[in-house]
Amino acid sequence: MEFPILSLMLAVPLVGAIACLFLNAGSARMVALFATLFNLALGILLWINYDIGGAQWQFTERAELFAVFSYALGIDGIALMLIMLSVFLMPICILASWDSITKRVGEYMAAFLLMEVLMIGVFAAQDLFLFYIFFEAGLIPMYLIIGVWGGDNRIYASYKFFLYTLLGSVLMLIAMFWMVNEAGTTDIPTLMQYDFPVGAQFWLWLAFFASFAVKMPMWPVHTWLPDAHVQAPTAGSVILAGVLLKLGGYGFIRFSLPMFPDASADLAWLVFALSMVAVIYTSLVALVQSDMKKLIAYSSVAHMAIVTVGLFAFNVQGIEGAMMVMLGHGLVSGALFLCVGVIYDRLHTREIARYGGLSINMPKYALFFLLFTMASIGLPGTSNFVGEFLALAGIYKVSTFVTLVCTTGIILGAAYMLYLYRRVAFGEQVNADAARMPDLNAREWAMLAPIAAAVLWMGVYPESFLAPMRQDIAALEARLASVTPQYDSALKVGTPKEHNANFIAGEHGFEGEH
Amino acid sequence: MSYATSLYLTGAEIGLSVAGLILLLVTAWTSRDAARGITIAAVAALVGALVFSVSLFDGGVGATAFDGLFRVDAFSLFAKVLIFIATIACLMVAPHYFGERGDYRGEYPVLLLFNAVGMSMMVSATDLLTLYVGLEMSSLSSYVLASFARRDDRSSEAGLKYFILGGLASGIILYGISLVYGFTGATGYEAIRIAFDGNFSTGALFGVVFVLAGFAFKIAAVPFHMWTPDVYEGAPTPVTAFFASAPKVAAVSMLVRMAIVPFGGEVAAWQQIVIFAALASIVVGALGAIGQQNLKRLLAYSSINNVGFILIGLAAATPEGVAGVMVYLAIYVFMTIGSFVALLMLRDEQGNALSTFDDISGLSTTSPALAWCLLALMFSLAGIPPLFGFWGKFVVFQAAVQADMIQLAAIGIAASVIGAFYYIKFIKVMFFDEPKGAAPAKAPTSHWVVLGLSVLVISPLGYFLTPWLGDIAAAAAQALFQFA
Repeated sequence: MEFPILSLMLAVPLVGAIACLFLNAGSARMVALFATLFNLALGILLWINYDIGGAQWQFTERAELFAVFSYALGIDGIALMLIMLSVFLMPICILASWDSITKRVGEYMAAFLLMEVLMIGVFAAQDLFLFYIFFEAGLIPMYLIIGVWGGDNRIYASYKFFLYTLLGSVLMLIAMFWMVNEAGTTDIPTLMQYDFPVGAQFWLWLAFFASFAVKMPMWPVHTWLPDAHVQAPTAGSVILAGVLLKLGGYGFIRFSLPMFPDASADLAWLVFALSMVAVIYTSLVALVQSDMKKLIAYSSVAHMAIVTVGLFAFNVQGIEGAMMVMLGHGLVSGALFLCVGVIYDRLHTREIARYGGLSINMPKYALFFLLFTMASIGLPGTSNFVGEFLALAGIYKVSTFVTLVCTTGIILGAAYMLYLYRRVAFGEQVNADAARMPDLNAREWAMLAPIAAAVLWMGVYPESFLAPMRQDIAALEARLASVTPQYDSALKVGTPKEHNANFIAGEHGFEGEH
Repeated sequence: MSYATSLYLTGAEIGLSVAGLILLLVTAWTSRDAARGITIAAVAALVGALVFSVSLFDGGVGATAFDGLFRVDAFSLFAKVLIFIATIACLMVAPHYFGERGDYRGEYPVLLLFNAVGMSMMVSATDLLTLYVGLEMSSLSSYVLASFARRDDRSSEAGLKYFILGGLASGIILYGISLVYGFTGATGYEAIRIAFDGNFSTGALFGVVFVLAGFAFKIAAVPFHMWTPDVYEGAPTPVTAFFASAPKVAAVSMLVRMAIVPFGGEVAAWQQIVIFAALASIVVGALGAIGQQNLKRLLAYSSINNVGFILIGLAAATPEGVAGVMVYLAIYVFMTIGSFVALLMLRDEQGNALSTFDDISGLSTTSPALAWCLLALMFSLAGIPPLFGFWGKFVVFQAAVQADMIQLAAIGIAASVIGAFYYIKFIKVMFFDEPKGAAPAKAPTSHWVVLGLSVLVISPLGYFLTPWLGDIAAAAAQALFQFA
């Protein structure tokens, strides 16, 4: 048996979380930072040792500790990338909360470390019910993070977050019971190859969809997200946007598509329809926001809609694109929330109108903000370009109309992001207090610079990120091959004409008389 | 079967009865100061009964005592162990509570002992008459316990309400028993089952419905739940903790045995009733709790809600379902004891109970340890993983799905989200709101011990118990289904 690195990655933050509960503010911060950095190191080790092109499931661990389900961990390339995203963002979240959280620091850090345990657990779980436990347990720390350390309207937001996501996931549990009863196993890799009856797939798919659509979030069940984002503390927003929203997409890749391929194909129209509405509607809503966090929250809904259409294109480009959008969006929207947090810490307002002309007094900040704004728009050379391009290329093969709508959404995305940037960073320094704000300090550099580097790396050389996932996405495509829809943009082969185009009817035929 | 064997099998009940009688005499001839000593003796008796019950467990089919009046099998032993544990916990926390008010008397442990005897007869009964004797023995001592704080009007009111409504329910059960006896000519469970087989008349159906309706009252299932909030609120808190735990285990176990063994051939006749009661309890328990400001009333509605989930396991009418009910009961006992003991510890320096949401506002800053324990208990009651309360819901809903009752499971679990609302409100008040009142006074060690143990069981560590718990519950279910 090899070294149980995944268990260690779960144990380190767990021990840290328990320790933080009993420590004072200063030591809790240090413990949290140390634990997350240690986990980042373990994550890098994981990536280095991941054998690209090797077995589909690596670092597997299994222990029969419980009745009905077992403690089974293991990752493929897709899970590896999402785990990397989580462990990468986590130390940054701790840094982001370093000064801004002053009350009950120990409990705050404990909640974040617990969050990390659960996120890694979700991505690494190889048992259906173990997955569910990690998936659902995330509600508890997030509820506390929003409710205790959130903004003014935090109570409403925390309730909404909790009840929405809970209602979504309980139906999934019933579907899981049915699946386990039918297939006789709780092992996810086995279930991914199991052919459920086509009639039942419809209901199972809907039950899983209820859960993942809320997490994703898809229109019209996205309304918890703006509230939760706005009220959560900065680091909470980063985790929500960066990782928690990815649980929905991961769920589609891991469950809906491989386990219910027929239902996925039959109901792809639903996903497309909801995603198209989301792309246009939420982009327009984002355009008129006066609250920076709300604007970014709505932009997340629009980006996630690109992910869903990419996934339901059923081809390699679409799925690879969706994964890249998820990774890119995790970095970029997380970074944008950090950018908002940086100025929120100074002025304590998220009103766009209270800022202006920040490029004059905070040039370094403005530069980072510009980079992440451009990345969010999907400028070539940044992470989101790769993802959005691939996803749209994938969906173009299925439906030109959906592509048209989604591309319009990207244009709208450029509109609201540039409009935001102009109002915050450019123009006159209308507010004296905003004009006095100091530029980035060392801690903020340490938060933003790694994300900027990762965004550029992903934009310039996406192969590093695509390579581990390639084999798994190919396996998924093979699984979906039987239900892949027809290209509507493919060349149509008609019946060949009888004669050449320049043929003129005549005597021998129709050629002119000589 | 010899008397010796019968007496051996009923050893726990006989031992407790003798202990109760002796302690009753001691109470009568000693001063009030002896109450503490009597409590310790009662706890010792219960521990003895507990150990004896565990020693009887052989994982097999069990044995019958007194010519079919009484059965000792995995099912009844499982229930008895839970009942004894709950009773011990309620005894441990009582002296300090009543002592503060200066009215702790030796009757309290004695009444609990007799109650325990009644309850263990209920779960072991395989004859309608044994069942009724056990039921009344438990009920009568419960009525007195409800009004134990006799200087408190609300406690007396609770006792009276409980007595009148409980008496009515007993009457209904007795009427149902008479009908069943009239149509089958038998009071033994197996004889009834055989008599019903292929010969189930409308009159007998009436009997079954009456019996089940009376049982529904005892377990506080909707639509026979109305007494619960009033009695739970009025009764002294240790007594409420007791009502919500041990008698509930006993009544549910008695209902399960009745439904599976004598009425087990006529599942179709009672399944609809149970399904209705389950869903109605979940919904009414959840909706009723939303408007409550009083914490004890809220937990009363929560217990109605929990009964709904328990009944989902019974509605499945399969061995898995019964095993699910038993696992749920085991987890439920710890959650209930824990949450009521936590309420017990919520009192200010003058000894007044902090009984409303306003009183516990901001508890996480004034008393963090207690607030974190309550947080774990509430999330556990709401069935959020990784807390162990989730496992209880998990097993009953899995049983429902395995029995192909997917709609029931889907509606039930969706309704559980309504219940989550007030559990998270509890947490909101403790953690998100600013403190308004005074910090709670220091609680005695005995309370912390009981609370700590309960929280330990319902913490994620509880999952390590699942293989073991599952095996015992499966053996318990098998003990009932061997007659099928």
